[in-house]
Amino acid sequence: MTTVHIPFLQTGTLAVGGRLLDDAERSVQSHADRPSSLTKGHRACQGCAEALAARWVMDTAVEASDGKLVVANATGCLEVFSTLYPESAWKPPWIHSLFANAAAVATGIAASLHAQGRDDVRVLAQGGDGGTVDIGLAAVSGMFERNDDVLYVCYDNQGYMNTGVQRSSATPAAARTATTPAVGRSPGQAFGQGKSMVKIAMAHEIPYVASATPADLRDLEHKVRTAMSIRGARYLHVLVPCPVGWGSASSQSIALARAAVQSGIFPVVEARAGELTDVQRIRERADVEEYLRPQARFAHLFKPGGEDALARWRALADANIRRYDLLGERS
Amino acid sequence: MTSHDAPPTLGLSTGPATSLAYHTGTWRTERPVYVELAPPCSLGCPSGEDIRGWLGSTQEGEEGFETAWRRLVAANPFPAVMGRICYHPCQTACNRTDVDEEVGINAVERFLGDTALERGWALPAPAASSGRRVLVVGSGPAGMSAAYHLRRLGHEVVVREAAAEPGGMMRYGIPAYRLPREVLAAEIRRIEDTGVRIECSTPVTSLDEAQAEFDAVVLTVGAGVAHHVDIPAGAASKIVDAIDVLRDVASGHAPLLGRRVAVYGGGNTAMDAARTARRLGASEAVVVYRRTREQMPAHPTELEDAVGEGVRVQWLSTISQVEGQTITIERMELDEDGRPHGTGVFEELDADTVMLAVGQDADLTLLSDVPEVVVADGVVQVDPTTLMTGRDGVFAAGDVSPGSRTATYAIGRGARAAKAVDAWLASRVLPAEPVQREATAERLQPWYYSDAPKQHRAELEAARRVTGFEEVLAGLDAEHAVFEARRCMSCGSCFECDNCFGMCPDDAIKKLGPGMRYEIDYDYCKGCGICAEECPCGAIDMIPEVR
Repeated sequence: MTTVHIPFLQTGTLAVGGRLLDDAERSVQSHADRPSSLTKGHRACQGCAEALAARWVMDTAVEASDGKLVVANATGCLEVFSTLYPESAWKPPWIHSLFANAAAVATGIAASLHAQGRDDVRVLAQGGDGGTVDIGLAAVSGMFERNDDVLYVCYDNQGYMNTGVQRSSATPAAARTATTPAVGRSPGQAFGQGKSMVKIAMAHEIPYVASATPADLRDLEHKVRTAMSIRGARYLHVLVPCPVGWGSASSQSIALARAAVQSGIFPVVEARAGELTDVQRIRERADVEEYLRPQARFAHLFKPGGEDALARWRALADANIRRYDLLGERS
Repeated sequence: MTSHDAPPTLGLSTGPATSLAYHTGTWRTERPVYVELAPPCSLGCPSGEDIRGWLGSTQEGEEGFETAWRRLVAANPFPAVMGRICYHPCQTACNRTDVDEEVGINAVERFLGDTALERGWALPAPAASSGRRVLVVGSGPAGMSAAYHLRRLGHEVVVREAAAEPGGMMRYGIPAYRLPREVLAAEIRRIEDTGVRIECSTPVTSLDEAQAEFDAVVLTVGAGVAHHVDIPAGAASKIVDAIDVLRDVASGHAPLLGRRVAVYGGGNTAMDAARTARRLGASEAVVVYRRTREQMPAHPTELEDAVGEGVRVQWLSTISQVEGQTITIERMELDEDGRPHGTGVFEELDADTVMLAVGQDADLTLLSDVPEVVVADGVVQVDPTTLMTGRDGVFAAGDVSPGSRTATYAIGRGARAAKAVDAWLASRVLPAEPVQREATAERLQPWYYSDAPKQHRAELEAARRVTGFEEVLAGLDAEHAVFEARRCMSCGSCFECDNCFGMCPDDAIKKLGPGMRYEIDYDYCKGCGICAEECPCGAIDMIPEVR
């Protein structure tokens, strides 16, 4: 792994840039002439972390591929808010086909380019958790299993947000959605349901699997760059807070991603060929409450009767901390 | 359609129509605006230094040092002196205490001050001559600061000093182990180099004569007269004023104090006196103070240093009698209001000399026949905005006037007096100092600052300290000074970390290039507030959108 050592310069690597940094030490996003692959004028909601993460991912991939990048997009928020006919907010060549088949479309593009001897052109597929974890899982799994030369990026906002906040199999326990109302003895999404797409991807033993958040730009750019340096099937899972679906203030999107990582709720990891190779340690441990309380979808956890669910959330965080050694106690 | 060998399009076409046509800025209910707020360090600095500004230049390393020093001396012409003796209220106010430890501002100030002296940097040249003449009475920190700033404004300045050497309390009150004399002399000489004339051994005895000779007069005579308390004492007892001892030592006439010395008082002068007694050979130096440690006016670091050198403090005690080499001490207790009262319990202590350090008064003989100049509480009363006394054209600053009796406050007031004199000479009204909005800790996003504890200055070992007047505290080298400067969080002022630019989901912030910061594109900014939330230094406000 190649990492740039950043000297102590007022801020560390957690800020986007810094006036004292050399050009080579800067993030892609800190450059005035960055590609801005997802340009302004898109219709994402205020504070949409998916729009932000998509620009970060795409800009890094565009730079890593020297501008030779083709993108296949699943149906979902990302597609809807970026391409209202006849406009497009995308600068790279970009195609949308259906909800379930972004991975298959990307596979086809990669195969065609290969047949034409154009292996210099790279292929990226992307979608939300609905298009990836639910509806498109078969195509994604097939792409993994065949080890097709595609980087698949899932922006996980934990639900079907643009159709009115319905539950997906990435919706977390106890979360209130339109289809999992906060009523009854076990309000919100049931505990024990849902799938971990990172673990599913790892189980395919593809060359590269990683998770990231918009709370750490440098880490995200590093992972995209790493993925782009590898051939074959690669998967990146990015947690993207959604102010509308989560019921949080639009200004809190990055803060919530930070709280998700620092509480242990969202492990930021890297895996190669099915083996865990890197885990981002917790820097300043946060309680799960810091993550849950600002979100209206968890409001019932902080009312009488919510204690049990809150305790189970803490147990989830603790389990992650144990499983991934997030506090670095074992190493 | 595409030929196999056609070059790839690096420009990335946006197709037939682009979303740029749609202005999402119309969605906004709140708009982000960049603000420039006053940091707590500067607000806490009585000298009025732009601390964030000069730390910012220091952060750039070698090429920024001179700019940093120039920004520093825009307010304070004594960085090498104050980098040693200031009690740095700036550091007490520093927001970085919420992250790890406060920024070592004072150490960086000293580094810049020493670097300037080493490299012979000159103070800024004065403005074109105004043709006006101003007399400054006294060459302490207030007087020299007033003189420097008046000279910069183009006035002819003469400083008259009663003592043989310039510097006031900086020279005669502060021991050499805290402030080496050559450092003070060099910074005073540098002010003289700008054209300020200092006339030593020249006491001013008549205000009328002074006003006949000069267009304006600034009184900065300080408070160099020891305050007295009545203690019944026998003829054989040796009771001296601490301030006189310090002055004699500074003048090269170290008195004989004996082996056991008691110092009466709890201020910084008491600490200096006790530490000086140790250096003059006293094996026992006891500070007798009638209240508790919490109530002690001496700065905590002064007390620590004194105790580290073997000085003992007798808390809650008063000296009730001195007879020969024996002093009688009464134990005190505090009442509900925290005031000390005698308990009737006495003990005896052996002391060859008793030094009194129970406060200092201003020497106001110059004003004895000037009835319009009001003296209250032992100090000259002045207009709080213009610092002018009751006599037209006569101003006062420093210890002789109301306010905190510290060198940093004196320097700030001296500068203020210079501004006031300049305005008065031009018949301009001097506006009151503006109230500034503070960059409070709650505005900051400390997450983005790396953990980096303060660089501590090396101290001379205690055993070596008490044997001489060698400087106790060492300075930082360039590398450490730059590191320390970079610990500054730039509270309330954009330092171009790129967070707003990089974290805008709507790509609606333009980066304007080094030193030029950013611009918000309100055609597209949706007003989500992420930029304000994630700005490390709190330099973005969200304000309601008015349409």
